[in-house]
Amino acid sequence: MSAKKIGVYICQCGGNIGDYVDVDEVVAAVAKEPGVGVAKTAMFTCSDATQSEIIADAQEQGLDGLVIASCSPKLHTYTFRDVARRAGMNPFQYTQVNVREQCSWTHTDDHEGATEKAVRLVRAGINRTRLTEPLEPIVVETTPKTLVVGGGIAGLRAALGLAEIGLAVFLVEKEPKLGGWVAGFGEMYPHGRNGAELIAKLEQKVRSHPGITVFTRAELIAKSGSFGNYEVTVAIQGEQLETISTVVGSIVIATGFDTYHPAEGELGYGLDGVITIADFKKLLDSTDGPLEYNGRPVNTVAYIYCVGSRQGEDVEGGNTYCSRYCCTAAVHAATMVADLPARVHQYHFYRDMRTYGKFELLYAEAMEKGSAFVKFPDDEPPAVEKDAKTGGITLTARDLLSEGEEVALTADLVVLVTGMVPRENEGLTKTLKLPVGQSGFYNEIHPKLRPVETVVDGAFICGACQAPRTSSESVASGLAAVTQSAAILKRGFAELDPLVATVDTDACTWCGACETTCPYDAIARESHDGKEIAVISRTSCKGCGGCVPVCPSDAIDLQGYTDAQIKSMIDGMLEVVCA
Amino acid sequence: MTEAAAPEGQPYDPRILVFSTNNISDPGIDLAGSSHMHYSPRVMVINLPCTSAVKPGWIVYAMEQGFDGVFIAADGEECAYLPDCAQRTSGIMQTAQDLLVEKGFEPQRVRMAAICSVCAEPFTKYMHEYATALSGLGPSRKATS
Ligand SMILES: Cc1cc2nc3c(=O)[nH]c(=O)nc-3n(C[C@H](O)[C@H](O)[C@H](O)COP(=O)(O)OP(=O)(O)OC[C@H]3O[C@@H](n4cnc5c(N)ncnc54)[C@H](O)[C@@H]3O)c2cc1C
Ligand code: SF4
Ligand code: SF4
Repeated sequence: MSAKKIGVYICQCGGNIGDYVDVDEVVAAVAKEPGVGVAKTAMFTCSDATQSEIIADAQEQGLDGLVIASCSPKLHTYTFRDVARRAGMNPFQYTQVNVREQCSWTHTDDHEGATEKAVRLVRAGINRTRLTEPLEPIVVETTPKTLVVGGGIAGLRAALGLAEIGLAVFLVEKEPKLGGWVAGFGEMYPHGRNGAELIAKLEQKVRSHPGITVFTRAELIAKSGSFGNYEVTVAIQGEQLETISTVVGSIVIATGFDTYHPAEGELGYGLDGVITIADFKKLLDSTDGPLEYNGRPVNTVAYIYCVGSRQGEDVEGGNTYCSRYCCTAAVHAATMVADLPARVHQYHFYRDMRTYGKFELLYAEAMEKGSAFVKFPDDEPPAVEKDAKTGGITLTARDLLSEGEEVALTADLVVLVTGMVPRENEGLTKTLKLPVGQSGFYNEIHPKLRPVETVVDGAFICGACQAPRTSSESVASGLAAVTQSAAILKRGFAELDPLVATVDTDACTWCGACETTCPYDAIARESHDGKEIAVISRTSCKGCGGCVPVCPSDAIDLQGYTDAQIKSMIDGMLEVVCA
Repeated sequence: MTEAAAPEGQPYDPRILVFSTNNISDPGIDLAGSSHMHYSPRVMVINLPCTSAVKPGWIVYAMEQGFDGVFIAADGEECAYLPDCAQRTSGIMQTAQDLLVEKGFEPQRVRMAAICSVCAEPFTKYMHEYATALSGLGPSRKATS
């Protein structure tokens, strides 16, 4: 039954919408549209208070359709579908209208234009809602098994978490050894524990768990099937190449990061005695006597921060993000150096000290133990040169902490505090069709609301493949991926949007055009009341709508995007606006 | 009631209907908004799962009702549904162009380009360029009004 009494809520999103769109004018303009039962503004529609208000309105007024004009549908479609459900409406009789990303925020320069556009968009949403029908979700059985790709600390911890809640796990690691970066570390911040030992313990638990099958020197090479039951193929490099296939209900991607590799000459990189923080960490982890580099004693170390991170817009293909782990890694290294038997002078050339949270204590410790700090301007990195006479390396920079005075010193070793960059993983990205963000890391649907989910249903991302992270942050997101997998796999079934293609049995003449156009084999010929027609399988249909324009008889509609709905939206967008 | 073409004497700012895709181009258009890039508020977006689902008839309908141009923000190679999405979408565009010509509209009133999920700047640029091109053509309904 189509929606007859619709509730319309225009969100101010604090000032995000309200400052640029006259929301009261929008309400006034749409309140008298046919079928509108309630039209209101709200400060934050997603707040608990407003959600309760919507539910109360719906019950008092007997609403059977809902329109919320707020942020992008990517953020709150599920939140508000759930509100509709709790209010006794059908969740699919709800329409999200994007008046933030696609209106207020993009027309901050045009208050009148933005308001008029908002009215048009809301009308289109009301028109669409009027033509909605109640729909029931499609229920699919799910396989209680997860594929974990990447056996670093995030992937190992996720695998163990999954197995502990009773899901079978396939863990696939590309390298011969498990553990990723952490396996190569000695003492780590903030807990002071040894990375290699941490991994050894974790690996032992993973390998001895009967629910986990580990494959090393293995890679995912193919994925097919649909949500809840993906058929995955893994290639394993042994004596000879072997492939195996299995069906899994979800996929957790934990493929980690790479470190930034400075270009030759960048801040002196390439000179003897200029190394990255990753190489310095290795050196430190294997040093217990006085610090030496290439057989020479090291009395002075200079660190240069933010190498390959927070690059300006002018650097082509530059990394504009902060790599987060590196300030702390550098001050941590400095505390380790300070604990060595021979005294070493340490100078830190930094831009901003981002030792966030409890890591601040390490920064304080480094200072207490004698490290000196020089803050250089963002656009004036230190000059690094070889000193021909002493064989040392000179650094010159302006220090903002002493009113921009020039500081020059000679060091035996220069450590470039290099950031994190996305790992090269083109094959995997293509196989899983994973979305990549602006910075090149894998992209979640929403950093706060859906932090490990991706647009690929049932594929979750965690650890440093998603963004620069510390080890414990990587583990935390790995466990979030466990929870999300459990949510879809432990019940044994999952619900999918019923927004699939349907055939009008009267209009269909069985020409067969749609059958061949569907790559998912969702369309088949069937007999219906003595007539041959096309029937579309609800569980095989992916809801792309590719068959819709192919039908010469206009017999196919995509639920949620029907011919009548799209035309009604066009109408709504073009009605004369007069408040 | 639908709106008449721009009144005489007023600067003409064309209305553009964009068809975007839920997972790829719509996030790109969102990103233009969250980066506060500007284009005309007479640009409006209808999002679908995939641009291969756009009916050529909708494009003609949009023009008849008063849009001046339709822009298909396609997924290009990135479409998660159909490997031949770009080809299908350009087929749809060609059919729409033929229909438009039949009805007395210029074929340039429909355009397509691949817009990815971080294509905020390209999208904004396309909107400016397309608005300029459509201004050159004048309102779509001049022939009929
Ligand atoms: C110099 C340095 C010092 C650091 N010190 C600390 C510290 O003291 N404390 C701290 O908390 N953090 C520290 N970090 C950060 C820490 O290394 C990361 O947070 C952590 O390694 C992230 O774990 P991960 O599992 O996400 O990624 P990774 O460690 O990168 O592991 C990813 C794994 O996935 C595998 N893989 C990749 N692609 C594929 C594929 N296609 N198929 C199968 N497998 C694949 C890789 O081989 C690897 O084993 C430091 C980092 C650096 C560079
Ligand atoms: S963590 Fe520190 S060194 Fe690393 S990019 Fe951020 S500010 Fe620069
Ligand atoms: S294309 Fe249309 S008419 Fe032909 S079989 Fe499919 S639904 Fe029926």
